Amino acid sequence: MSPRDLFGAALRGLSANKLRSLLTVLGVSIGVGAVIVLVAVGNGSGKAVQSRLEAMGTNLLTVSTTGGGGGFARGQAGPSAQQYALTLDDVAALADRRLAPDVASVAPVMTSSGTATNGDTSYTINQVIGTTPAYLPATNTPVGTGQSFTQQDVDSAERVIVLGQTTATELFGRAQTAVGQTVKLGAVDFVVRGVLASKDSTGFNDPNATAIVPISTLRATQAGYGALSQIVVQAADKDRVDLAQAEVTQLLTARHQVPATTTSPFRITNSAQILQTSQDTAATFTALLATVAAISLVVGGIGVTNIMLVTVTERTREIGIRKALGARRRTILGQFLIEATLLSLIGGAVGVAAALIMTQFQLAGVTPVLVPSSIALALGVSAAVGLFFGSMPAHRAAGLRPIDALRHE
Amino acid sequence: MSADALIDIRGVTKTYGAGETAVHALRGVSLRVEAGEYVAVMGSSGSGKSTLMNILGCLDVPTRGEYFLDGSNVAGLSEDQQALVRGRKIGFIFQSFNLIPRTTALANVELPLTYAHLRRAERRTRANRALELVGLSDRADHRPNQLSGGQQQRVAIARALATGPRILLADEPTGNLDVHSTDEVLGMFDELNAEGRTVVVITHENDVAARARRLIQVADGRIVLDEVTR
Repeated sequence: MSPRDLFGAALRGLSANKLRSLLTVLGVSIGVGAVIVLVAVGNGSGKAVQSRLEAMGTNLLTVSTTGGGGGFARGQAGPSAQQYALTLDDVAALADRRLAPDVASVAPVMTSSGTATNGDTSYTINQVIGTTPAYLPATNTPVGTGQSFTQQDVDSAERVIVLGQTTATELFGRAQTAVGQTVKLGAVDFVVRGVLASKDSTGFNDPNATAIVPISTLRATQAGYGALSQIVVQAADKDRVDLAQAEVTQLLTARHQVPATTTSPFRITNSAQILQTSQDTAATFTALLATVAAISLVVGGIGVTNIMLVTVTERTREIGIRKALGARRRTILGQFLIEATLLSLIGGAVGVAAALIMTQFQLAGVTPVLVPSSIALALGVSAAVGLFFGSMPAHRAAGLRPIDALRHE
Repeated sequence: MSADALIDIRGVTKTYGAGETAVHALRGVSLRVEAGEYVAVMGSSGSGKSTLMNILGCLDVPTRGEYFLDGSNVAGLSEDQQALVRGRKIGFIFQSFNLIPRTTALANVELPLTYAHLRRAERRTRANRALELVGLSDRADHRPNQLSGGQQQRVAIARALATGPRILLADEPTGNLDVHSTDEVLGMFDELNAEGRTVVVITHENDVAARARRLIQVADGRIVLDEVTR
């Protein structure tokens, strides 16, 4: 029997029971589609986090203090919180090129929150950042309209403010009109110098719902003279981030007289490390999704086996007739194997098509990014599923003795 | 005893099961059928005539004994070789027609030719010729469920003839047919035999057996009568 004849016989076999074939195909296509879509979602979310972190700047170090330091023996007096508090002097020391040659720029960060009002319109800004002009380039935060404040503004504690995109639109309707206007933060009037360019969300918080003011102004009007929340350090080069981190650690340890026995009270997060971690997380996430999808593919495969077993039982008599007419073992085997493989290949093709359509849309807030190898893999696996899961029923069919098959009612 | 008997079975027994519950369907049957004979095998149900037919058609293998079909020993053949023998040398006609459902008459007739590895065009020609022979050319595109019982059996005969087998093996071929169709089918057998084709019919109907030229009666797994009737 030529391949073409085998193929024709298999097609006729499948079309004889269209609904059943369709449902089996559906099972496989859901499996294949799930693999491709879920891998694309996992990949897409990983890519999104990566690009946002890259937008944040990969040569960025964020220094914060963990508070008490920890690790000191019981009974021994803990160091006062002030000992490890980050200060503007730390910022000045870190900015010193002789002490920290691999540091390009340093910006202090104090955060506060407050309600901003423009006439009758008010908006609660969950992050009011007090800093220096170096903060914007270091954190990759360009000004969209207007301009940033200057070091002079910081020195003289000018009441100027740069609004985030969301803050500006909430208060003024259109971001462009905000520049030059006055906004009341707490009881103090601020002049809007500029509006930040829109930023992509990195998480649950809207990064555009911010306002940035000179740190001196924030201290004078809002936050008082407490410790800094963070110090943002930009390394001179992407390859020198580790060096810069070492210098920052050394400098701060020395300045705050941290005993060698205690764990460092400073936490320095390295954006490259975060990137690496998040990539690892995304990979795990993708693997998890792929596993779930693979399970559905296996379930689809079992569906193929089930249907083929039913088909073989149902067509036992037909198999007997075919054998009586001279069909050989491998002809019967071939026909049923092709039927099973066709079922899963058609299912695979439908699954790929559905996945291609689905990945055009945002799924659960993630823009899926197709992984081409997942398509090849899913298709290959679906064909293998057909061969593997179809072989048992096909062997059963081929092994039937003609007389038993013919007697079957 | 000529060496070229078409069917030659010697001391064939067939036992189903073992020990106490063993069923002896055939208890030592020897039979020779020459080419061109028209043989009717009769017997009541349970006599072993169906088992005999299955063994003659290579659908089943004897427990003991030898079977020479057209000079070659069938018992020693592999499963695939037996399939080949069935396809080339034997044309089956069954009581329940056994056409493949949802498949046109023409495709049904083509099927054994497909298994015999004939080319597509050749298959088409021969299948059409076979259908013509049974007078069903105009029903080539009909499916079994669109045909009457008599027509279905004629399609089955066309299918049995398509490969040009040496033996036509019919198992109660008229069991499901009305009088008119029975006449039609039996007439066809007569013609085929007249053309020199060997026909073996298993039946329990006397008027069917009466058309044959040799009558074999089976009872309790043995041949009890073997006579030339015409």
